[in-house]
Amino acid sequence: MAQTATVSTPSTPRILEREPLVLNNRNYGWITNRICGIVENRQPALWWWLFVPSVCLTVIMASCFAYLISTGVGVWGQKQPVAWAWDITNFVFWIGIGHAGTLISAILFLTRQKWRTAVNRASEAMTLFAVMCAGLFPAFHVGRVWMVWFLAPVPNANAIWQNFKSPLLWDVFAVSTYFTVSVLFWFLGLVPDLATLRDRCKPGIRKMLYGFFALGWRGGNRQWNHYEMAYLLLAALSTPLVLSVHSVVSFDFATSIVPGWHTTIFPPYFVAGAIFGGFAMVLTLMIPVRKIYGLEDLITSKHIDNMAKIILLTGTIVGYAYCMELFMAYYSGNPYEGQAFLLRCLYSPSSWNYYAMFFCNVIAPQVFWSKWCRKNLGAVMVVCMFVNAGMWYERYVIIVTTLERHFQPGSWRTFQPTWVDITTFVGTFGFFLMNFLLFIRFLPVIAIAEVKGVLPESDPHFDSHAERGPHEIALEEAKSGSPVAA
Amino acid sequence: MAKTTLKKVHGYLAEFESAVDVYHASEQIRDAGFSRWDVHTPYPVHGLNEAMGVKRSILPWFVFFGGATGTTTAFSLAFITQVLIYPTIVQAKPTNIFTTPAFFPIMFELTILFSAFTTLFGCFALMGLPRWNHPLFASKQFKKFSDDTFIVCIEARDPKFHQAETKAFLEQVGGKNIELVEDEL
Repeated sequence: MAQTATVSTPSTPRILEREPLVLNNRNYGWITNRICGIVENRQPALWWWLFVPSVCLTVIMASCFAYLISTGVGVWGQKQPVAWAWDITNFVFWIGIGHAGTLISAILFLTRQKWRTAVNRASEAMTLFAVMCAGLFPAFHVGRVWMVWFLAPVPNANAIWQNFKSPLLWDVFAVSTYFTVSVLFWFLGLVPDLATLRDRCKPGIRKMLYGFFALGWRGGNRQWNHYEMAYLLLAALSTPLVLSVHSVVSFDFATSIVPGWHTTIFPPYFVAGAIFGGFAMVLTLMIPVRKIYGLEDLITSKHIDNMAKIILLTGTIVGYAYCMELFMAYYSGNPYEGQAFLLRCLYSPSSWNYYAMFFCNVIAPQVFWSKWCRKNLGAVMVVCMFVNAGMWYERYVIIVTTLERHFQPGSWRTFQPTWVDITTFVGTFGFFLMNFLLFIRFLPVIAIAEVKGVLPESDPHFDSHAERGPHEIALEEAKSGSPVAA
Repeated sequence: MAKTTLKKVHGYLAEFESAVDVYHASEQIRDAGFSRWDVHTPYPVHGLNEAMGVKRSILPWFVFFGGATGTTTAFSLAFITQVLIYPTIVQAKPTNIFTTPAFFPIMFELTILFSAFTTLFGCFALMGLPRWNHPLFASKQFKKFSDDTFIVCIEARDPKFHQAETKAFLEQVGGKNIELVEDEL
């Protein structure tokens, strides 16, 4: 077929072939059936094998929180000087994972990366669930969780207002805004697809629910006109938002005077790290989903290749930040800063964490320079697992190993997590996975309308191309069943 | 037990197979001077706005004012409570207008939050949603719009609508399965 394309000898340059985003010339009906089928058919046994343990883990997590509320925040391992430990580490870890979803849905939309359509829905869902997991930790870390509403700027009997100059309050605003805007963006994207599910359902409770949330969508172009403008606006709003969220999270550390935290590189370093860790989680989830539900034609190896490249890029940025931190610790001439890093990397009993972090985040992703590794699903999964672990280590290194070696050597202490720390954190993975499995069960895992829009025949000028590319010719041949001239 | 009800004509539906077909048909319908009509598509067809003569959405204007409200709200919230009614001195920072930079993150976040709400609800308002019941949902073939079919609907309230002529016109521009949709009164 590619040969037929080269037979003609036009004087104008040929259209360069791009890898198609949907393989095997799938048509609209196939896309609808395949994606809606996931929701409409019985779930494979594997779904239940994953769902039941994740519900159990969620119950364990809830029990741990109940134990914490009934006993006190001391059931976690933090003691002075390590007042922020696993809880804040887990908070930053989870909130960072969310960032990849927003990057895919907003920044890649603004930069016209059409491949995002296959993965944006699931990544946005992942964002929401990750932010839900993240929010739990600071809420319970305050100790008296029933007082957490004091964070909200509402008039109260004490006549004391929140300190709006505090990075911790900025964080409350940033994270809650981020969650809300992500929900709005996700819902807007879901409306046309819910209408698709509504139109396919038999009358009943499911049709009623899908119909209710589809809001009576009719897909008229006069609706799409406003819809697309709203989508563009939300993308434009989410882009600075997502950059601000992890910047504000980094302000929690950077605006303090703790050596090892008090650096200006933190905001970009945190944002790059968040996107890095988030993409690893997207791939960790999407590679199995694609395999189990047979979505190889929609989430192609090109998609995985692109995401692996982003992991390589952001991982290298993170590596640069690690090295720059070390350099500035030396170059600043600040003895406290210098000592903080010597302790972190060499002398502290926790310094092995630093090397685990460095290996997982900087060394492991370098294999993605090789195309073979980017195309090999096993290799991609292994690297993603390293990155998932490495990003947790990064937050642990920044938070815990710094606090363990505070200003006064007399107060130094090595942090030991308790069983509650560990089970709560493991429980959040169950909570995250449970939500994600329910999402797969009830909502379209791929944005149906958006994927249809990237098919070549979706272009209304498909017929009047000055010149057809090899893909278009292949498509016409498939339609007519006989070779066509270019 | 079919109830006898009064009905009025909502309009004509016509099916088209591809984006290309519906694009060319839209150009002809636009040039024929119809105004109350729409093209129902499974995904947003880029370029159809021009082919239909639909103007750019005015949503950004709403969002601008929504965002400005957010900025002002955040500034007032922080400034009034921290400077005017309860001057809070933290880390020797000033409690006057020069403390404003410390409020920038909150002002930024609320600008985004208010803008996002305005975007979503403004968009729904402009689209006329939610509207769970619509005459088009009575049509059996209309539901194919969310799968793979491009459906043109010319409404009866269009001044140029004519029961016989509009049908012939839709046939002429290439519409298939032309259906008269009625609305129960």
